[in-house]
Amino acid sequence: MRAVDFRLTDDQRDLRTGVRDLLAGRYGREALRASVDAGGTLDRRLWRELGEAGFFALRLPQERGGVGLGLPEAVLVFEEAGRALLPGPLVATHLAAGAVPGAAEGTAVVTAFDLGGPGGGTLVAHLGEADAVLGAPSLPTGEPVPSADPLTPLHRVASRPPAASGAYRDEGALLTAALQVGGALRTVELAVRYGREREQFGQPIGAFQAVKHLCAQMLVRAEVARTAVYAAAVTADPAEVAGAKLLADGAAVRNARDCLQVHGGMGFTWEADVHLHLKRAWVRAEQWRTAGEAEELLAAELASAAM
Amino acid sequence: MDLTYTQEERDFRARLREWLGKTLPELPARPSPDDWPGRRAYDAGWQRRLYDAGYAGLHWPVDAGGRGATPTQHLIFLEETERAGAPYVGANFVGLLHAGPTIAAEGTAAQRARWLPPVLRGDEVWCQGFSEPGAGSDLAALRTRAVRDGDDYVITGSKIWTSHAEVADWCELLVRTRSVSETVPKHRGISWLAMPMDAPGVTVRPLRTLAGSAEFAEVFLDEVRVPVANRVGEEDDGWRVTMVTLSFERGTAFVGEVVACRRTLGELARTAKANGRWDDPVLRRRLGRLYAEFGALWRLTQWNVSASEASGGVPGVGGSVFKLAYSHARQELYDTAAEVLGADSLALDGEWALDRLSSLSYTIAAGTSQIQRNIVAERILGLPKGR
Repeated sequence: MRAVDFRLTDDQRDLRTGVRDLLAGRYGREALRASVDAGGTLDRRLWRELGEAGFFALRLPQERGGVGLGLPEAVLVFEEAGRALLPGPLVATHLAAGAVPGAAEGTAVVTAFDLGGPGGGTLVAHLGEADAVLGAPSLPTGEPVPSADPLTPLHRVASRPPAASGAYRDEGALLTAALQVGGALRTVELAVRYGREREQFGQPIGAFQAVKHLCAQMLVRAEVARTAVYAAAVTADPAEVAGAKLLADGAAVRNARDCLQVHGGMGFTWEADVHLHLKRAWVRAEQWRTAGEAEELLAAELASAAM
Repeated sequence: MDLTYTQEERDFRARLREWLGKTLPELPARPSPDDWPGRRAYDAGWQRRLYDAGYAGLHWPVDAGGRGATPTQHLIFLEETERAGAPYVGANFVGLLHAGPTIAAEGTAAQRARWLPPVLRGDEVWCQGFSEPGAGSDLAALRTRAVRDGDDYVITGSKIWTSHAEVADWCELLVRTRSVSETVPKHRGISWLAMPMDAPGVTVRPLRTLAGSAEFAEVFLDEVRVPVANRVGEEDDGWRVTMVTLSFERGTAFVGEVVACRRTLGELARTAKANGRWDDPVLRRRLGRLYAEFGALWRLTQWNVSASEASGGVPGVGGSVFKLAYSHARQELYDTAAEVLGADSLALDGEWALDRLSSLSYTIAAGTSQIQRNIVAERILGLPKGR
């Protein structure tokens, strides 16, 4: 007997706590800033540890050496990765588990042609350190391009195969949406913490309604997006996935912007982490399914449901 | 996380759907919006049919005369009735969704027996006397006074924004029973009373809304006598009693409306297809975004229901998150409708135009968006109160 139920099971709760603890220990703020200082080079050892923890093989069946869990568990894990700003082609390598040797174990780094939509952008993330590109027969060559996100190095390739990652698109969009939700929730926490600490005019700035209302609206966006992502993980319905990506992109980008605003001048510095959240949110918004594509897909679905 | 229904829930839905299919065609024609006695009779007739079929007070506890249904069954009920185009709760709103649940939670056995059955049968209509000209968002600043005189309270003051006051039998009334002082904060001296609307000294003056109709009223109270036995909860404890009511209002009161919005969005898409506006990609994308938003709001509704299932049926502050997202999305829906219709949206003979005007109240009624944001910021996020 089953019922409509959004509550997490004990196992799901434990999984989320386990991943949060692992990332807090292995990729805390010092590690984050160290990887920024290192110019965004991927930590291969951390990648293997993620593989050992089952991050990439999470949904691979147990008889194939995987953990045998489903999309609802995967979105919880990716939400935590988004919260921690964990860098690297996490979604592509996870999708490659079982298809590309070493991906499941974290011994291979797999990226994807997930930027720029179906018509074919020519930017590829993490290509310089990738062992493979999802769905591509060989590793293309590309020229490095300075990247807006210090933790997402970009390369420009001459061309890309048509619809190379098409088969993975819905799952890629959903897992990326989960990363965005983690970021959106984290920036609420950062804004609230700063709002309680920072004092001006003799009181914490979080006591001013102008600041308070920004923070409240951030939580509303994050919770609506989180609901959409969790539901889409259960139904795996393409329109629901597109809606989840659309709302999660909006929540992550908008929340990072508002978090930056709450931080005032500090928010504009390199030293504060806020810009890292905003820049990563911008990257993810361009991955797998952009807002424009999602809206068109949803409009088509609305029209066919209404007719 | 699980979004499937039990066999029992599917059977419940099938029986309800069958009953609605049989019952709705038997209903009389809807009265005009200005015909208040007609509206009351129509709403009461619908409630009576629900009562006779065993659907009245579905989610109320059994010892309050309800059916003790699970929140999920209640959700299915609201979804199916809205989908079938069944009448809205209408004049029975306060009785079924505010006053009734409050009496069920806080009233004595005698008070439950007196007031709840007539609400469930559709025999008695309630209205809400909370807000005052000087106490809106700052509800606890209310000044309507109740002075003890033997077994009665003698009440003087005025209330505002009282929906259905003209046809109501009872008013759930908040009064000040203790003056504010250095030792008594404003929310500590309030009591909750059930006031008969036909008591001497009660004057109702209809208020015309910007939509042109008289949807609510001012209520003037001039030495109105209400028995002390009509007080629900302890004297001076009415603020806590009221908070129970308000959390009901914010938690589940909008379920049917989300379903209605999804249906409306579908109609809007058909209209846009028919008049060619669908070919405008900017507008089409806006409709696509609304489809995602109302889809997520429906899931959030389910989420809130499953959370209230876990907490024993009392909805929590999560309702404020929902209301903020919902009221904004609904206004956006009607603004988008206006863009689909163009100048036709100005003609009040179209169904959209009046709905658009009504939607302007959503960010104000039942706690403005600004008050909701304060609640979210202070009670969920833990930001400090301002000075």
